[in-house]
Amino acid sequence: MTPVLAASTLTDWIDAQGISWLPEWGPVVLAAVVHVILLLTFFGLPAGIFIWAERKVSARIQDRLGPTRVGGRFGWLQSLADGIKLLQKEDLAPADADKFLFRLAPYIVIVAAFSAFMFLPFSNGWTAVAMDCGLFVALAVLSMEVLGVVIAGYSSGSKWSLFGGMREAAQMVSYEVPLGLTAVIPVVVAGTMNLNDIGNMQQGWVYNWFVFQNPFTFLAFFVFFVATLASNKRAPFDLAEAESELVAGFITEYSGFRWSIFFLGEYAAMFFVSALGVVLFLGGWWTGIAPLDKWFVSIGESCWMGDYIVRVIGMKIFLVKSAILVCVQIWVRWTLPRLRIDQVMTTCLKYLVPIACFLFLGVVLYPLILVTVLGRTTLLPGSGVAMGERVPVPVVEASDFHTDPGDVAAETVAAPQEGEH
Amino acid sequence: MESLLFTVYALATCGAALGVVLSQNVARMAFWLVVSLGCVAGLFFMLNADFVGATQLLIYVGGTVVLLIFGVMLTASGPFNTIKSEPAEMIQAGVIGIALLAILIPTVTSVDWVGNRDTLSHAGVKSPSGEFNQQGEGGTSRHIGAALLGVRVDQADASAPSEAAEAHEHHDADHDHGHEHAHGEEAHSHAGHDHAHAEVSETNQASGYLLPFEIISVHLLVVLIGASYLARAKRRVEQPTS
Repeated sequence: MTPVLAASTLTDWIDAQGISWLPEWGPVVLAAVVHVILLLTFFGLPAGIFIWAERKVSARIQDRLGPTRVGGRFGWLQSLADGIKLLQKEDLAPADADKFLFRLAPYIVIVAAFSAFMFLPFSNGWTAVAMDCGLFVALAVLSMEVLGVVIAGYSSGSKWSLFGGMREAAQMVSYEVPLGLTAVIPVVVAGTMNLNDIGNMQQGWVYNWFVFQNPFTFLAFFVFFVATLASNKRAPFDLAEAESELVAGFITEYSGFRWSIFFLGEYAAMFFVSALGVVLFLGGWWTGIAPLDKWFVSIGESCWMGDYIVRVIGMKIFLVKSAILVCVQIWVRWTLPRLRIDQVMTTCLKYLVPIACFLFLGVVLYPLILVTVLGRTTLLPGSGVAMGERVPVPVVEASDFHTDPGDVAAETVAAPQEGEH
Repeated sequence: MESLLFTVYALATCGAALGVVLSQNVARMAFWLVVSLGCVAGLFFMLNADFVGATQLLIYVGGTVVLLIFGVMLTASGPFNTIKSEPAEMIQAGVIGIALLAILIPTVTSVDWVGNRDTLSHAGVKSPSGEFNQQGEGGTSRHIGAALLGVRVDQADASAPSEAAEAHEHHDADHDHGHEHAHGEEAHSHAGHDHAHAEVSETNQASGYLLPFEIISVHLLVVLIGASYLARAKRRVEQPTS
């Protein structure tokens, strides 16, 4: 028997079972349903856990206990209890609001956050939609979230909400620039936008992770992290919500379930950008210890269901790394003071964007300078071939590019495929 | 299955476009515009043009429309801006719309869809029945990158030279089309195609899109700087008092 999730795609696997009563479109629909259920789990569950974690961590930082009663010792069912409480509340819309848009805005937020999960690889090959430009699509979809916030702010018919929405729009439009620029830096190193390939390239020792690839990627990771904080409206960039001066910013007028949807979307987006950072910079689902990674791969090849087990382990590693990044976000929120809106814009436009541009240039020039000075494209131990020259799965045959030996494309594709790839 | 989904998306696109035209509230118009553009992106994804679809989402939905709403919020005089059209304006807009439709319909009908489908099915992108290849999903970015450098994989199909030439014409007009061709090479590359490719790409070597692309981006940068120069807060020059 073939293990279900180790099949190349679920559709193929269902096809191969030869179930006679299924119609022709059956396998596709079934696979889609399975993917959606799995994704909903990964969308809802971490969000609930992180809401609880935020309350616990913030309480500990402020020398309190936080939730302690619901669900036993640590109050770990607090999120569920809150959810049930919020469901029972009245669904209000202000008389001045544009009711149609007001009711719709939470759904835009949550659909954008959920759709981004489609492109996230949770383990080697476990991604709902494997695309060559997965990173690009994921960022594009995530950028739609701002639309929901802006519409919520505009349609509430309240000054607080309007200010929150305007700040959010200004902040997001600016911070998308450093976010995009720093997300491109691992792409330059890897030579692909396919998130699964990017993750797989970071197998081996810790220095194979893209953070430690060269000094520029190391700095890029921190710029990326700051930009994701801002794009998630997390403190110190929570100007859209701004509890101290704008009541609750764009969610001032929301109540009950719609309010909780905004929060679900926010925490899911937090998890998503952390996971994206893990795939792009922190080695994805690899442990960072070369013999361990090799051992996992050998298990996958040798024993029955080994492939499946290894991927489950990889997914756990991946989730733990992402959870650690989320905890750093929570830690930052409860430690740093908030910025003013002009300081937020200054941070982005005067500091982060030039830094990101400089890092981008640096990461492009770094291998070229090294190769002229040292004759190898990386300082790291190993084969001396930088990551971008390893092409994991050549989509086009190398012969397609051999027409001109001096061509840049020819050099990239025809480069020797190293070691584990 | 594909055609059903395509119909759903196409209908949603048209319905949302109607919503843009018929609603009188600016913010709602922007919302319907988002729905319409998002559904167009969905159509691109269904046609295996994933890069174009993603660009559509990022630039139009995530960028342009957000700026649009931002502009509405900053410039609105009342709480909710509404636009009421005069009958004369509606007639003008109707005439322009019908004229545009009159151009678009001949354009669509003049394309040799059957011939193109044969080319595509020969290349392995589509099955002869016109359905898309499941395995061909999502692999266009590498080809676009190669095309920027002047290596056009979509022009390598020597089996139908006339159709390839025709495809070339259409490619310039319609990007989406080119992606489908690019897919053909990726999904299915057969022996003998390398020969043809060598011949084609010798003639095409200089026709990379990188330089035009860079020129356009520098042009846009100039426009941006010019716009911010024009829109900046003007300081009055102090007249020397003497």
